[in-house]
Amino acid sequence: MGAEVQVSHLTKKFGKQLIWGDVSLTLPAGEISVMLGPSGTGKSVFLKTLIGLIKPDEGSVIIEGVDIATCSERQLYEVRKLFGVLFQDGAMFGSMTLYDNVAFPLREHTKKSESQIRQIVMEKMELTGLIGAEDKLPGEISGGMRKRAGLARALVLDPQILLIDEPDSGLDPVRTAYINQLFIDLNAAIDATFLIVTHDINTARTVPDNIGLLYHKHLAMFGPREMLLSSTEPVVAQFLNAQRVGPIGMSEEKDADQLAAEAGFSMPPLPPITRQLEPSNGLRRRAQRPAGQWCRENGVVPPPGSFEDAVAAPGASA
Amino acid sequence: MSLGVVAAPARVAGGLFAFMLDVLVATFRFPFQIREFLQQAWFIVTVTIIPTIFVAIPFGAVIALQVGGLIRQFGAQSFTGSAAVLAVVREAGPIATALLIAGAAGSAIAADFGARRIREELDAMMVLGIDPIHRLVVPRVWACVLVAVALNGLVTIVGVAGGYFFNVVLQDGTPGAYIASFSALAQVPDLLQAMIKSMIFGFLAAVVAAYKGMNAKGGPKGVGDAVNESVVITFTLLFVVNFVVSAVYMQLVPPKGM
Ligand SMILES: Nc1ncnc2c1ncn2[C@@H]1O[C@H](COP(=O)(O)OP(=O)(O)OP(=O)(O)O)[C@@H](O)[C@H]1O
Ligand SMILES: [Mg+2]
Repeated sequence: MGAEVQVSHLTKKFGKQLIWGDVSLTLPAGEISVMLGPSGTGKSVFLKTLIGLIKPDEGSVIIEGVDIATCSERQLYEVRKLFGVLFQDGAMFGSMTLYDNVAFPLREHTKKSESQIRQIVMEKMELTGLIGAEDKLPGEISGGMRKRAGLARALVLDPQILLIDEPDSGLDPVRTAYINQLFIDLNAAIDATFLIVTHDINTARTVPDNIGLLYHKHLAMFGPREMLLSSTEPVVAQFLNAQRVGPIGMSEEKDADQLAAEAGFSMPPLPPITRQLEPSNGLRRRAQRPAGQWCRENGVVPPPGSFEDAVAAPGASA
Repeated sequence: MSLGVVAAPARVAGGLFAFMLDVLVATFRFPFQIREFLQQAWFIVTVTIIPTIFVAIPFGAVIALQVGGLIRQFGAQSFTGSAAVLAVVREAGPIATALLIAGAAGSAIAADFGARRIREELDAMMVLGIDPIHRLVVPRVWACVLVAVALNGLVTIVGVAGGYFFNVVLQDGTPGAYIASFSALAQVPDLLQAMIKSMIFGFLAAVVAAYKGMNAKGGPKGVGDAVNESVVITFTLLFVVNFVVSAVYMQLVPPKGM
């Protein structure tokens, strides 16, 4: 059973530099949310604020009644047991083998015997495709492997909230597809709340139940995926469709001249909304909704051709 | 602007002091990380022991040469031994130890923590509910203290022996005079204060190194900067502390009458 994360009016500055201000959103329990945003907009900082590694200047993060932003160190360590976190570069302990890395949380926080631990570790390593690499040191493997090992370690204590920082950077397209399917299957199996930070448009379009976009020091939009994918709001449409036309430039914001020059152009039409990935393990996710439901309920006409593509998950019917 | 010039170092000093208290508090938290402590102590020994010997021999020799030459002009060769004791045991031992602990052990610790910081290992550890100060810093700090004391002993022995060799073999002093003058000036508190000094040095060097490493920022370059700063800060700090402890010692323990 996942836990809900309520973020209200969160503001973070480093010195005088505002990273983002007044961010409010709720990660619904048991749902997968994706956080998007151009590089350097503070997505990783946001993730770290949710686990109390970085203290915000204002606002609160409430998980199971505890405010992460203001609670005591002791409470923080308690609440963190609900979390599994995959850091941007995997954050493997460099002096331990992958096996020991993945076993580490179990050895620290449970009284399980070594044979029980072995069973759990091997299960998670198989899940993330790391069989055969148990005895390698983190320095000896590729970035993508480190990332998958980080994921295995994050999963080992059956977290209720999974925070994942760029699972797909440094991964080839095939592995990215596998890992995306893995998230969906995991969500179905353990029902945890997921927050995935990513740059990958394909991930953002096919995996989550909710999408958020951090842009220009604030949360531009957060809501159900169909809401964002059908949104004509320029920033959202530009980012979700990887276009050059729009308010986001090469540097953080385009300058006024360039925007004025573009003002005459209209945004290109939205591409069709693809179907969301479905679990491949025969389970049903609690947060799963019929394709197009949000659009119907809110009277939004999705772009033509939406939801007509074949379902990506093997074995699932349309 | 003018405030920043004062405020920035003050913040570092404040942060360092708070960190030191954290380390002391965490020391008494159960369970003490014995394995990590032993591993680290061994590691520090391996990086310091050879340089220590190579620093200590010339230290003793230079003192014997300089002081020996001077004293001979006064016609008081018989006091070369005691001069070596005073210089090596009281000052050179702890200072050489400080240089080695800060230079070899401190830089290794700072680099290690810096790398862990930028690889987000420390964050990962905290998220897994483990306090890196308790788990990683405390064992390193006390390993450093232990090794500093041991190194101080080694420097003293090697230094005095080196002094003996130069004085007796090369400068034609007599062994009897060298050894006899030991007991004329040296006293047990000399050894004790040297031990206490080296303990303080070991502690400070490890705390500064860990603090700087854990607060490294900005990628690999940040780690280099952290190592560099930690060595510079430690050196400065240790020489100041050495002076203070020596001054206090002189007040507390009267020199031995002759
Ligand atoms: N500890 C820190 N101290 C000062 N500034 C920081 C710190 N951590 C991050 N920043 C700054 O905050 C901003 C956001 O960084 P962050 O790593 O969260 O970006 P990001 O959105 O995750 O980018 P990317 O997609 O490239 O990973 C950057 O400008 C960075 O320099
Ligand atoms: Mg990031």
